[in-house]
Amino acid sequence: MAKVKGAVVVDIEKCKGCGICIDDCPTDTLAFERAVNGKGYHYAYMKAPELCIGCSNCAISCPDTVITVYRVKPERKKTS
Amino acid sequence: MDVKEIIAKGDLVYEKTKVLTDKEMHYCPGCTHGTVHKAIAEVIEEMGIQEKTIGISPVGCSVFAYEYLHIDWQQAAHGRAPALATATKRLMPEKYVFTYQGDGDIASIGCAEAIHACNRGENILMIFINNGIYGMTGGQMAPTTLDGMKTATSPTGRTVEQNGYTLDLTKMIAPLPGVCYVARHSADTAAATRKLKRALKKGFENSMKNKGTSFVEVISTCNSGWKMSPVAANEWMRENMFPVFPLGTIKDE
Ligand SMILES: Cc1ncc(C[n+]2csc(CCOP(=O)(O)OP(=O)(O)O)c2C)c(N)n1
Ligand code: SF4
Ligand code: SF4
Ligand code: SF4
Ligand SMILES: [Mg+2]
Repeated sequence: MAKVKGAVVVDIEKCKGCGICIDDCPTDTLAFERAVNGKGYHYAYMKAPELCIGCSNCAISCPDTVITVYRVKPERKKTS
Repeated sequence: MDVKEIIAKGDLVYEKTKVLTDKEMHYCPGCTHGTVHKAIAEVIEEMGIQEKTIGISPVGCSVFAYEYLHIDWQQAAHGRAPALATATKRLMPEKYVFTYQGDGDIASIGCAEAIHACNRGENILMIFINNGIYGMTGGQMAPTTLDGMKTATSPTGRTVEQNGYTLDLTKMIAPLPGVCYVARHSADTAAATRKLKRALKKGFENSMKNKGTSFVEVISTCNSGWKMSPVAANEWMRENMFPVFPLGTIKDE
């Protein structure tokens, strides 16, 4: 079955690197980036983008609300 | 389909509510205050009551809550938010009035104001952020600090002999006839925050039905004060605070 595809955009400069989003993602999509932002925090990024289902958990649990979420619904497969 | 394509062609399913301001919050990374601010802002947006809501901010880390939500605010002296909310709601009964208070604010210095506002059945929503500590002033013991918990003023751990029992203010005010709704939630996960939002909505709705006081406690973390990482603080909270302060609806009349 085709899966719902999601993608998140982290506002890198506003991320505080707390890791709450990483912990709350059900698909282990997110991780800390090795690089740091202007504040010196290892910001969150999509380490495994193919796993994201666009559920918005990360964005809701982010205390600083710096994540935006997009989703594409799977196309209906024609039944033969 | 790669990430760029999903962003370009997909549906926008979550973005920051316009009820939150663009100001970066001064809270420590991972602080529950930010998540609860967002939950309140989203409920205000979903209910369409932005122009009709007045918040009363406390003294404590969330003293600047008025910087973060695009609504009308007043800022009260330490613990006096329920008194200011009482005046505000009585003068402007057409407004949705809520207090936002930490555990030091509501259960210690403002304990009398909180209890008497509840006992008078003021038609307000009281939101109680219980992180078991005085966050702002450097992590001193609060009435809500757990037995055995180490803080700046209980460096070897709180004891019943020395400090008495952990205060459960929410349980104390629940039987008061002036109180119509009491619930305890958390905001450590998206699932928990969705539940919290439903409780906040109920509290706002009650305040317009003249049913009395609604009281929503949020079991929270102060990872800086607890000297843990944000994720470890959430785990510690679930393991140690939830058994003492069980989540759920305590009263709904
Ligand atoms: C009358 C008065 N007494 C004491 C203080 C010092 N003070 C500022 S914040 C605070 C404790 C706040 O703790 P809490 O309400 O739990 O909020 P948190 O910072 O943990 O969110 C205290 C004692 C003050 N500002 N005013
Ligand atoms: S939208 Fe859901 S699946 Fe995608 S990164 Fe966020 S929490 Fe993970
Ligand atoms: S929860 Fe928000 S602030 Fe924390 S790491 Fe994730 S994106 Fe950054
Ligand atoms: S000191 Fe504690 S309550 Fe205050 S902002 Fe930091 S984590 Fe939050
Ligand atoms: Mg506190």
